[in-house]
Amino acid sequence: MKKQSRFVFSVLVFGYAFLYIPLASVIVYSFNDSKLATVWGGFSTRWYVELFKNEQILDAAFLSLRIATTSATLATIFGTMAGLILVRFGRFRGQTLFSGMITAPLVMPEVITGLSLLLLFVSLQQLIGWPAQRGFTTITIAHTTFSMAYVAVIVRSRLATMDESLEEAAMDLGCRPLRIVFDITLPLIAPAMIAGWLLAFTLSLDDLVIASFVSGPGSSTLPMYIFSKVKLGVTPDINALASLIILIISILVFAAWFTARRSQAST
Amino acid sequence: MALKKRQGALWQRITIAVPYLWLFVFFLLPFGIILKISLADPVIAQPPFTPFFDADGGLSITIDNFLFLLTDKLYAVTYIKSIFMAATAMVLCLALGFPMAYGIARANPTTRSLLLLLIVLPFWISFLLRVYAWMGLLNNYGVINNFLMWVGFIDQPIQMMYTDFAIFIGLTYTYLPFMILPLYATLERMDLDLVDAAQDLGASRTIAFWDITWPLARPGVIAGCLLVFIPAMGEYVIPYLLGGPDTLLIGRVLFDEFFVNRDWPLASSVAIMLLLILVVPIVFLQRSQARDAEATS
Amino acid sequence: MQKADYDSENLSIVTDKSEAFIRIRGISKKFGDFTAVDDVNLDIGRGELFSILGGSGCGKSTLLRVMAGFETPTAGTIEIDGVDITELPPYERPVNMMFQSYAIFPHMNVEKNIAYGLRKDHVDNKEIAQRVDDMLELVQLVDFRERKPNQLSGGQRQRVALARALIKRPKVLLLDEPLAALDKKLREQTQFELMNIQDELGITFVVVTHDQEEAMTLSTRIAVMEEGRFLQVGPPKEIYEFPETRFVADFIGTINMFEGKVNRVGDETISVESAEAGTSLRALGNHDVEVGQSVCIAVRPEKIFITKHEPDNDDDVRIRGVVDDLGYLGNLSLYRIRLESGKMIQVSSQNRRRSTKRFVEWEDKIWVSWRPRSAIVLTD
Repeated sequence: MKKQSRFVFSVLVFGYAFLYIPLASVIVYSFNDSKLATVWGGFSTRWYVELFKNEQILDAAFLSLRIATTSATLATIFGTMAGLILVRFGRFRGQTLFSGMITAPLVMPEVITGLSLLLLFVSLQQLIGWPAQRGFTTITIAHTTFSMAYVAVIVRSRLATMDESLEEAAMDLGCRPLRIVFDITLPLIAPAMIAGWLLAFTLSLDDLVIASFVSGPGSSTLPMYIFSKVKLGVTPDINALASLIILIISILVFAAWFTARRSQAST
Repeated sequence: MALKKRQGALWQRITIAVPYLWLFVFFLLPFGIILKISLADPVIAQPPFTPFFDADGGLSITIDNFLFLLTDKLYAVTYIKSIFMAATAMVLCLALGFPMAYGIARANPTTRSLLLLLIVLPFWISFLLRVYAWMGLLNNYGVINNFLMWVGFIDQPIQMMYTDFAIFIGLTYTYLPFMILPLYATLERMDLDLVDAAQDLGASRTIAFWDITWPLARPGVIAGCLLVFIPAMGEYVIPYLLGGPDTLLIGRVLFDEFFVNRDWPLASSVAIMLLLILVVPIVFLQRSQARDAEATS
Repeated sequence: MQKADYDSENLSIVTDKSEAFIRIRGISKKFGDFTAVDDVNLDIGRGELFSILGGSGCGKSTLLRVMAGFETPTAGTIEIDGVDITELPPYERPVNMMFQSYAIFPHMNVEKNIAYGLRKDHVDNKEIAQRVDDMLELVQLVDFRERKPNQLSGGQRQRVALARALIKRPKVLLLDEPLAALDKKLREQTQFELMNIQDELGITFVVVTHDQEEAMTLSTRIAVMEEGRFLQVGPPKEIYEFPETRFVADFIGTINMFEGKVNRVGDETISVESAEAGTSLRALGNHDVEVGQSVCIAVRPEKIFITKHEPDNDDDVRIRGVVDDLGYLGNLSLYRIRLESGKMIQVSSQNRRRSTKRFVEWEDKIWVSWRPRSAIVLTD
């Protein structure tokens, strides 16, 4: 027992160090006063101050947040519909194609998704003049398309474990099918929808490759801005930005975890 | 199936139609277009490819792009190299991820949920920033080199940035959670009595692992490996930021073909080829997941 | 002792304790602050079918896992056939285990499951084939050798688990709740199969169970366990008829208990004044009690008679009561009787006569009575 546990334990320690040392080092260096990101020049918070004076970053961040909110909301609506269709509607014509289309984006390399959508937008523009320019709308459409697949998978697995007799009971008590969806099904899968929304939001904020394909001149999302800067190497203001994002996300995720654990403990 | 009784209801048709149409227009149709453009000739125009139908209404297609991809040695090397890089990252993830998933699955419930959280947490933090974090570590004057020189292990920085090594690190780092999570799911589900039973019947710990734990974890291993291999094949950011300028991987070639050379038809052909390479693992993955879903229900 | 006063020809213990086959000395197992097994001593003879009986969390499974080698005891030693095995890993012990979950390897067919233990010992293939055949025959699974575990019924899985554990001819077979997963009919049938197999092979069985009925039918001896300790060890009859503590009396079967104070100690009988019974209760034996001591008189439901008129045997304990409820179980009838003191007791009687008429009705005034030697005196 002891021997193998020690091996497993050391791999665990190594693995978590591997996962977290890079993040920790970014945070440490974000307080580095030196402009050369790799040389320690004393403690300073000046890069954080600079961050909030940089209008390009703020614009990009704002655009990213707008896209993420919109696409996550759309993806949650469509993804929930898709999940419902797959689990609760029984068979319908074209079902195989539909379930193929809903799961394929999960494993599709980003470069292909991005390229194919750009080609679609270009062709549409030629044919019907829409979209006149690429930016917010096209990125939102692209993000909705691939993140609705994730929402559908989450909703589907929630629905699959859900007791169907609840819906049958409602029907037995005289509820019409559409009412059942709103009175019973949706409230019960709400946690899955929230999880799906959060995931879609994160995926959208995270995406660089697809956005690079389908955005037009003048519209840069935050990842695109960061990428254009880090191409040239490590820079202190990106360190500060990265640290901020790491901290915010960590706090949110830990808060969610604690709430979930507490509510689990109380039931 | 409570909701399927009145299949013909209008609201149900609408519920089916909306996501169906969306996926059709924004997912399936684009693939048709990629396929179409991959069969066109590049021209200097906007958009930079020949139309599908020529002026006389005849079909204007060419397989020149694919012939070029198959005959040009550079592309063959790129494909092989991409497969090699993705496979190596997959093996590294498995080697690191299996013991980790095993340790997490065997931890007590409270620790387990914390450990899992720490596996998932990096996933929520921007992927780009996580790759960027390694730039600061691997640099010639980055944290690792500085540390090694300070300790006195080396007196000159080791070149780690812009090498294949850096790409392996980046790929392993990014895709490790994709390996651990499915592995954890199968290991956690496993009946621990089985390992005890094997030992009771005369198998040592090591033999019991290879006789029982490993074969039973196979669905997780397969899913994890594919979840690492598939996205690693098309990876663009990691080779671009961490790899050298001459590390040509498919994702990067496609990107450059499109944005730098503006050869849309060739980029489309590269995409189709990538897809063809990935079709086998993707189908394999979906099969194994369907089987898994069946087994657990 | 009390036993001497009672016809005890069936109570002889099967084994000669002087040559204990399994010798457990001072075994304790702690998990952090929690003591699962607390200083247990036990001798089990060769060829015994020994049951450890207790509720969930009493430490019985931990003790079994200590014997199998999955848990290292905090203190104590275990010897089997004169060899100290305390430090041996599970795979080197002459002991095999049948798991509660059966733990049949899901990726191997029946034959491979059964052969697994011999393969790990590098027995040559010819012998493995022979012994697997014998085993399949013994557990009546010859036609199922190619099946995967998920194609087997619960009873078949149980037999695979048994065959797999027996094929190495262990000195001791440990069985963790061997019948718990089976339905009632199958359980009864399998009980006897298990006893036959044990008889045939002469292997010492140690069974852990929470089911007292199972323990009673199967075992040569039973140990009743509670909070990590053995409360009483003995043959089933002794445990049932002569429980030493309230816990054992209550845990095995149904029993009526009357709290009271000793008011007379004679040479052969004692008398206990009980407000719950509304009378003085006589019991056989002197039990080393003193006048004034608080004790409990316990009587099994089947030892109590119901009569419509006062019985004329002056030796018997006789109490007036009213039929509160009655139930017909086919072979038995159960009665709930309200005594004049208000105390409810349970009485059962065999339905020897074929009739649809009831012997007593609800709210009938009746007498209950029992012989003084049927009364158990509990002093704990």
